[in-house]
Parts: sequence; C-alpha cells; structure tokens
Amino acid sequence: MSIKKLDGKVPAGPIKEKWDQYKFDMKLVNPANKRKFNIIVLGTGLAGASASATLAELGYNVKAFCIQDSARRAHSIAAQGGVNAAKSYPNDGDSVWRLFYDTVKGGDYRAREANVYRLAQVSNNIIDQCAAQGVPFAREYGGTLSNRSFGGAQVSRTFYARGQTGQQLLLGAYSAMMKEEAKGKITTVTRSEMVELVLVNGKARGVITRDIITGKFEKHSADAVLLCTGGYGNVYFLSTNAMTSNSSAAWKCYKKGAYFANPCYTQIHPTCIPVHGEGQSKLTLMSESLRNDGRVWVPKKKGDERKPADIPEDERDYYLESKYPSFGNLVPRDVASRNAKLVVDEKRGVGATGVAVYLDFRDAIKRDGKDTIKAKYGNLFDMYNRITDADPYSEPMMIYPAVHYTMGGIWVDYNLQTSVPGLFALGEANFSDHGANRLGASALMQGLADGYFVVPYTLGNYLVTEKPEQEKVTVDNKEFDDALKTAEAHFDKLMAVGGKRSVDSFHKALGLLMWEYVGMGRNEAGLKKGIEEIKKLKAEFWKDVKVTGTKEGINVELEKANRVADFLELGELMARDALERVESCGGHFREESQTDENEAKRDDENFCHVAAWEYAGENSDPIRNIEELSFENVALTQRSYK
Amino acid sequence: MSSNNNMSLKLKVWRQENENSKGQMVDYSLEDVSPDSSFLEMIDQLNEELVEKGDEPVAFDHDCREGICGMCSMMINGQAHGPESETTTCQLHMRKFKDGDTIAIEPWRAKAFPVHKDLMVDRSSFDAIIQAGGYVSVNTGNAQDANSILVPKTDADLAMDAAACIGCGACVASCKNASAMLFVSAKVSQLALLPQGKVEAEQRVLNMVDKMDELGFGNCTNEAECEASCPKAISISNIARLNREFLSAAVKSRH
Repeated sequence: MSIKKLDGKVPAGPIKEKWDQYKFDMKLVNPANKRKFNIIVLGTGLAGASASATLAELGYNVKAFCIQDSARRAHSIAAQGGVNAAKSYPNDGDSVWRLFYDTVKGGDYRAREANVYRLAQVSNNIIDQCAAQGVPFAREYGGTLSNRSFGGAQVSRTFYARGQTGQQLLLGAYSAMMKEEAKGKITTVTRSEMVELVLVNGKARGVITRDIITGKFEKHSADAVLLCTGGYGNVYFLSTNAMTSNSSAAWKCYKKGAYFANPCYTQIHPTCIPVHGEGQSKLTLMSESLRNDGRVWVPKKKGDERKPADIPEDERDYYLESKYPSFGNLVPRDVASRNAKLVVDEKRGVGATGVAVYLDFRDAIKRDGKDTIKAKYGNLFDMYNRITDADPYSEPMMIYPAVHYTMGGIWVDYNLQTSVPGLFALGEANFSDHGANRLGASALMQGLADGYFVVPYTLGNYLVTEKPEQEKVTVDNKEFDDALKTAEAHFDKLMAVGGKRSVDSFHKALGLLMWEYVGMGRNEAGLKKGIEEIKKLKAEFWKDVKVTGTKEGINVELEKANRVADFLELGELMARDALERVESCGGHFREESQTDENEAKRDDENFCHVAAWEYAGENSDPIRNIEELSFENVALTQRSYK
Repeated sequence: MSSNNNMSLKLKVWRQENENSKGQMVDYSLEDVSPDSSFLEMIDQLNEELVEKGDEPVAFDHDCREGICGMCSMMINGQAHGPESETTTCQLHMRKFKDGDTIAIEPWRAKAFPVHKDLMVDRSSFDAIIQAGGYVSVNTGNAQDANSILVPKTDADLAMDAAACIGCGACVASCKNASAMLFVSAKVSQLALLPQGKVEAEQRVLNMVDKMDELGFGNCTNEAECEASCPKAISISNIARLNREFLSAAVKSRH
C-alpha cells in the first residue's frame, strides 16, 4: 500500500468566485425527483439539524438520528459565546475577506483556503436565516443587532443571544426540523446510536443503529448518509463535551474507508473552571467572551499564597497583556492556553491546587459598573458561582484550560464528501475549515454553513451525478444483514469479557494518558510512550472490562463500553498523528518545535499538508495519506499577536 | 477537595425495570461524598459502587452537565431539580446538603411522561407540541438582511427570557395537574413577541394548546409551582400572555 495524494476537488478560478461559479456548475435535482431520495442524517446538532431541515424543505425524505431523547438536546446547545459573520454592522472594517483571512491565520495555515473563503461568504446568510426563524439575538436600543468581539479578531463580528447562543441557534434549527417533521418530510429517531455504516458496491447506503431503550439493532437504508456527530474531545474523559458526546459513528466510518484527517489537532480552551477532584465527571467552560472584560493574571512571585485582593498591582503579572500588547487578553485560544500552562509550570498558579490562573473583572466593574457587567455576563457569573461557591463580582474567577473542540475529523473534499462515495461529513465531525486551531464563535458558523448552505447543493450534485437510486437497495440487501451481524457480535464481545474493572475506570485512565502525553505540550519520547501505554490499556480493556446488565433493554454500561473501545483506538491514532507531525501549529504544540518566545513554530517545508489516515485492518498500521495545502491568497507567515 | 468535609448520605432511589414493570424505592448508603461534587457526580459515585458489586447502575438522563441541554430530570426530596432555585440537577452541588442527610430521588411523574427505566422518562410529547406550531414557517434561503427586521430591545429581551426554556419538563413534574402550560407559553410568547412570529401567531397558539390537551397534559389552575421549579426562571407572565393570545385567536378564529 502506498501513500495517496488526495484531491480536495477545489474548483478552479479566483477564490472570490469559486463558490458562486461552482453552485452554477453543479447539477440540480428536479423538484419532483427530490422526493424519490432518502437521506440519513446522523446527529442533530447545528450541522445535522440545519441539514435535515433544509434538505426536507427541498423535498428530500430525511431520517435523522440522535442519541438524546430529543433533537433539541444535541451538544451544540451548550455553546455560549456567539456566532461570527462578516456583516460589518459596527462599521469597524470587517469584510468577508477579513473573516477569511483571520480564520486562515487563526488556524495557523493548516486549513483549505477555498473552504474557509466559502465559510466566510455564507456567514452573513446564516445570521439572516436565524433572525428570520425568530432567534432572539441581542439587540441595540434602535432594534438592530448587537455585536461583540472575540479572541483572534480585532473587529466586533460576533452575534449572540446572551450567553446561550448555541442554544438559541440550535432551537432555531430544531424548530425548522419540527416544522418538517409535522409535514412528514423528516422522521427523527431519538435515543438511537449508529453502530455500523453499510456500504453497497462501495457507496454509503445506510446504517445499523442500536435503540438505546430496547437494545435492538435496526437496519436503515438510504441514497446518502450525512455524518454530523460532532467531535472526539471525550477521548480525554474530562472535557467540556457532553457526557454522551462520542466518536463511535465517525470511527465506524473510518473503519469502512473514510479517512480520518489531522486527529492530533485538538483545542484546549483557556477559560474553563478548574478540576475540583477525583469524582469530576466533566469540565465547564466559561465563555471566551469573558476575556473582553476580564484580565488574566497570576502573582509575579512563585508560590504566593496571599488572597488575590491582598496582592498589590505591581506584584501581579498580567502576562497576556504584557506579552501580546496588541491583542492582550484576546489572543487566540491556543496561545492563551499555552501561556496558562507556562505560568502554572513555573509554580505561579493559584487556588488550592495551584493549577489555575485568575480572570479578574475588578477593573471592568470599576469602569462600567456592576450592572453593565451583570447584563453582559450575568448568567456566566451565576454559573461560576453555582459550581465553585465563589462570587466573581467580588473576587477574581479561577480558570484553567480544558479540552474543548477537535479541529481534526473525517476528511472531506470541497463538497463535504468523505473518501467513501455517498458519505458526507458536516460540522465538527469533519476536519476542513479550522486548520490547526479554531477561533471563537466559528464552530456555530461552520456547523450552520455546512448544513444550511453547502451540503444542500453538493449533495444534489452527488445524487444526479452518481445516481445511487438506479441501484435498488433496501434493508433486505445482504450487506445490511452482514453489518448487523458485525455490530451485534461486537456488543456480544463486550458483554462477554466479564472482567472486574468498570468502563469508567478505563475511560479515566485513557483520559489521563491522553492529557499527559497528547495534551497541551507534546514531544517525541512522550508520544512514543503514550502509544505504548494506550496499547497496553486497550489490551487490558478487552481482558478485564466489566459490563453489568444484559444486552436487552436500557444498558448504559454497554453503551459506554462501546464508546470507550473506540476511544482507545482513536487515542492511539491521535498520538501517532502527533508523532508524525514534527512541527508545531495551532493546537498541536510539539515542544521540539517552538520559537524563542515559546510560540508554535511551523515547518511549512515539510508539513504544509493535511494528514488523512486510512484504516488498514486490525493488525496493520494505518496509512498516512496526504492532501497538499496551497496558499494562494494568504501569505504563510509566523503567526503573531503581539 | 479535602476529604475531611466529605459526607455520608442515605439515598432512597426509585428503581423500575421498564415502562410496564412496577417500581419501588430502594435504600442505599453512600460514604465519602465530596461537597464539591455535583448531584449527578454523586449518582456517578453510587453507580460506580453498584457496578463494582455487579449490580445494575441507576439509569438517569443527563448529558451536557452545564444546565442547558435539559436532559437531567430528577425529583429530589419532592422538588424538581432539588432545593436550589433556578438550578438544574446537574448544577446542584452536594454542598447544599448536610452530612447524614437522607435524600429521596424519583423520576418526573406525569401521565404524558411515562417512565422508561428508573429515573429516565419519555418526554417526546414535548417534541409533538413544538411540531404543532413552535416555529416560524420560513425555509432556508435568501432571508432578508437581518437588520431589516427591527425588534425593540425590550421585546427582544422578553423573547429571550422566554426562549431560555430548556424543555426539561420540571414545570410538568411540579404541577399537581401535570400541565405543560409554562413550556407551551414560553414558546408561544417568544414568537408572539417578535415580528417574525406574528404572521402565524393565531394558528400557533390554538394548535399548540390543542396538542397539549390531546397528549394528556392537565389544565393550569394558577398554582405557580411551575415557575418556582423552573431552572431557567421562566415567568408565569408567559402563561398570561398565552391566555391573551389564545383568547384573541379563539375570538377571531375563522373555523
């Protein structure tokens, strides 16, 4: 097997015209024919819900699957800060070009230019669409929409609905789904998990799911499958992801031939509530928007145990402001996180564990008054108070970085199609738009761009060009029975281990390995050790995991065991990818590759490419294929936020 | 963080195999619970011990653990989401309890929310209510520039207050009539307050209320338990707005 050079299928022409021209060039499905196509959508977050609703409106028959008890609960709902768009309402110099430029630069030049430009182009349509749906965006007194600024940008381009923007955008997309469900164009299957992808003659033609309530395996056929199942941050056990966020659907697709791109690109978010102790089940993010008014600092002195209020101004180190005068507290997430780790490593961390830094609103409250700060961040302050029992109006918050988002994901071309024909990947599940680091308020933008404004076009083109409907496929095809048997056998195997250790104990052990060896700072020796340790843990899992209960009915332990089995394999692939990428870029920081000022140092000579991993079977090493990245519109430079 | 403040608790937990079986309260005792744990982390600890012993863990709904997804749903000592106001179960922390406390934990109880297992209930009736009209009928496409729809800030804020509903069902579980009026009124209010929702306002309120009745939710008798238990502080003034919308729509009804 040899390394393939992948073609991203980016259309020719000037970047500003590519998408418009391509939309015209793509073939259309006749309105009367759309009802003949069945589309499966896995996941109902922003990407899945927006795609489901839009495809159903166009006339396709959509079957949408979610793991929660309602499509409205997907984890996009927890996004707090906002959604970017290049509207330039504040008249502060923003443009589609600037949003494109900021996103490519923020991603440390490891994203595909053409995809990012398209994202910036459709960003404005997203705001219009959501406003039309009745999303209650924040408004000015004149009735127009409000904007705020966010990390990695010097313009105010972020639209928001208090600290619940993700919730409001998701409820907008969900309500559009429910409108189509009422018309019979969407069937939402809740409390259901995809456990196998079904290929017929090399094309994605359906899935096997497991009903979480009954434990039954079910067969579903379609003309195309959309993977919208989010990211894989829960490999680390502790992350800001929801408890059921998992990588299993993506992993099953990987094992059926979809390449997994840049798995080592993970985002550690700088502003999370620090870990309280061993029983911790997840980490809570404090929106990055807090960095607009909060000042990050630690004591200048090592091991300073004074209360923050007792530390005089000249003994405080506002390290982001002094190191990065032009961006200050608004540097991108990876830069803010890495600097927090640096000061904690220097033993200047704060709080009972010493693994935290301050985010201080004292000066903002003095300047704007408590009421203004409360109006902006009240719900976040309340949340902080509820979790930590401390009052951020009178003492600084304590924060520390935590795993938040994964820029890597299933490889897709410009059409959002994976390396498996008929299988598309949208939103966080794909790899395409954020490069090696995602800027704040860009995840919501990308999920909705993919679902509302990209896939409805590119999917139609696939259906007309490839004509999957001409090959009649139903759930009675042999391929469905085979896939169902494979899935059932996998769950039987998990039940049959009969060991002594709980599923969670394995997940926590994996999380610690990942944080230690594939976390904020990575190096060759550590990654090699990490790979060995993960392999050992995987072997141990299959010898000693204990799954209580039975296969029938609700069995949460069995569900978790299936996910952890996949996390163990994905964790290893992440470490491999990190080991092979001997450069630092964005969220991937190789300690061997840094500038004198501890910034990520890229190696454009050797690594200006996407690594797209191909599954090669249980007993072979995966193959690292490559998609070369070329930058024709943004010059490759050392990123600087000084 | 320190172990010396850790608590011992007596738990009474509703265990029910499936929708058709009869459930019962089962007693457990749990040691060494950190006051910094969330309520759900305390349940995790119980479950880890049950798995250790080879028993089946308690099934319960939860997901984001940030108080926004609306999955978690426990009656704690007879109160939906427990004793702290404006707080979901996942955001309730054990420091609100005392060493030696007995805590009774039950599922939401309502005709329209049948129990799946233990503390997990079926809330799909909420989706059915939204399908009856909880949306603006606008398709994806070239919507007009967002700033061409001006919304007075006070209306936008009130709409946001209502839109903050997480659909957890605490309002139904707390109501002696198992009414879904607060849930329905939150969506009706949000869209009635915004110009985007005005066009369909009359049909929306009639259809959503009809659907609520059809699904077996009870009537509102102004007890305000829903508001008291709502983790997002959705105000019952939304119910008053729904009633006004309903009355005016019913009077104008062309059917």
